[in-house]
Amino acid sequence: MSAALETVGLQKRFGGIVATDDVTFRLEPGARHALIGPNGAGKTTFVNLLTGVLQPSAGTIRLHGEDISAMAPERRVKRGLVRTFQINQLFAGMTPLETLGVAVSERMGHGYEFWRPAGSKSVVIDEIVEIATRFKLADVLEERTASLPYGKQRLLEIALAFACQPRVLLLDEPAAGVPEAERHDLLATVAALPRDVSVLLIEHDMDLVFSFAERISVLVNGALFTEGTVSEIANDPRVRAVYLGESLDG
Amino acid sequence: MQGTPTEIATRHLAETSRWKPMEFVFWLVAFGAIWLLPSHHLILNEIIITALFAMSLDLILGYAGIASLGHAAFFGFGAYFAGIFAIRVIGDPLTGLVLATLASGALGFITSFLVLRGVDLARLMVTLGVALVLGEIANKMTWLTGGADGLQGVVMGPVLGLFEFDLYGRTAYVYSLVITFLLFLMARRIVVSPFGLSLRTIRDNPLRARAIGIPVNRRLIAVYTLAAAYAGAAGALLAQTTQFVSLDVIALHRSADVLLMLVIGGTGYLYGGFAGAIVFKVLQDVISNWTPQYWTFWIGLILVILVLIGRERMNHRAAVLWARLRGKPEPRPRTIVGGH
Repeated sequence: MSAALETVGLQKRFGGIVATDDVTFRLEPGARHALIGPNGAGKTTFVNLLTGVLQPSAGTIRLHGEDISAMAPERRVKRGLVRTFQINQLFAGMTPLETLGVAVSERMGHGYEFWRPAGSKSVVIDEIVEIATRFKLADVLEERTASLPYGKQRLLEIALAFACQPRVLLLDEPAAGVPEAERHDLLATVAALPRDVSVLLIEHDMDLVFSFAERISVLVNGALFTEGTVSEIANDPRVRAVYLGESLDG
Repeated sequence: MQGTPTEIATRHLAETSRWKPMEFVFWLVAFGAIWLLPSHHLILNEIIITALFAMSLDLILGYAGIASLGHAAFFGFGAYFAGIFAIRVIGDPLTGLVLATLASGALGFITSFLVLRGVDLARLMVTLGVALVLGEIANKMTWLTGGADGLQGVVMGPVLGLFEFDLYGRTAYVYSLVITFLLFLMARRIVVSPFGLSLRTIRDNPLRARAIGIPVNRRLIAVYTLAAAYAGAAGALLAQTTQFVSLDVIALHRSADVLLMLVIGGTGYLYGGFAGAIVFKVLQDVISNWTPQYWTFWIGLILVILVLIGRERMNHRAAVLWARLRGKPEPRPRTIVGGH
């Protein structure tokens, strides 16, 4: 069975700097996989390569067996590869309703319908409301995104990815800046995704990583340092050393 | 707001496409002016054409976030096309208008590839460059365009074979108004469609728009082509109703003026172009009667104040004041304004 997402010899150079160094990585179908690493390890560059924001200098990316290395970002999304951003990337002048509506319409292939008012299809509305309810956004659907409290914006950031119906979901530090109480709700929602959705979590918060992931990969200086099950990684003295004394269990 | 989230969502989305009372008032006044302001048809004709031109810029600036300093390229192209078509082929206004619109759209499509890359400054320069190039071509091709002397000898037939253009601009105003209204109806429908919504995501955040599967470049090409066609239609209307075309239609100041009007009127709600064109033309008329040489001083001052205070804040203040006067609760900031 082909991997949900895999890279072979993936490399990205910025001038003399190697940001991603020969990464060969495999995300199994249905995986709950975490990618960790110290600051500047190249985690976000790796995600940008996977999603097509950056073009690799060398190497291959395959999504469900299909080579997507040179594919435009939006076409990767249509094939089910969806991400969230570490720093919220939202549409400030629009409401959550419109934001989710665009994503759902686009996915259903309505993006070029220019002669029909948005929201005239109940199947779209139903899905918007379903997602908004799941992410506790139903009470702010009509508010302007820019005026939402940070926590709600963070939820919208994640909800927007869900609206694209991912088959492979890349979460770039989803809990960054989310209050403790809401973190677990957020992760519970992610964990509740059906098993045919594969998830790669990029995260700093070790608590979160250990409670969510089944496998962990460690990225150091752009290269894959090691990979293993949660307990293997947690007990690996080299990983501890890489984190320079940063405690792995909290 | 009451109701289940589904009801609220349905209502909210329906509201954005429903006509507001002020819109009916605006168009009633515009059509009423046919009978109420018979002695002002010439200036009204100029205003409505300018408004259509400004609306075409709003389609790319207010909805898709493309700043252009060369939008007169399409206005001028449409004007020359319609003028030359009338001289060399046939003087029927509607035929000329339709063809000039399509041709300008085609020109927009070709040049749209130049604005895909880069951000505001790069786009300003590229659009400016395209307009300068076209302006110089129009200047050089004297045999076709009349060059610096302008295109002479445009004679238009009657609209629909029935309505002759008269000296007082009555037919001109009615013709321009009806065409503008029809094009407005189309634009209004487009901007609230799923396609229109997707443009707004590109304006707000192209990176994320791509990340939710929106083919950003194709959408930009589509809307740029549309806006160019609209600008071309405005240019054609000017050429046909004034029966003259000069290099002025494609000059830099025309691109700058229309941008100015849009900033004065506000972007991203289609009426900004109308409001801006009216304010601009009326101010020009009033102030230049009072102090002919210095009217741009006042326009400049208004522009600086508008940009410094910020339209959204001003609109909000006005709304708060209005609500207080009527003893209603204060409104929240509006959700639909562009804010560029």
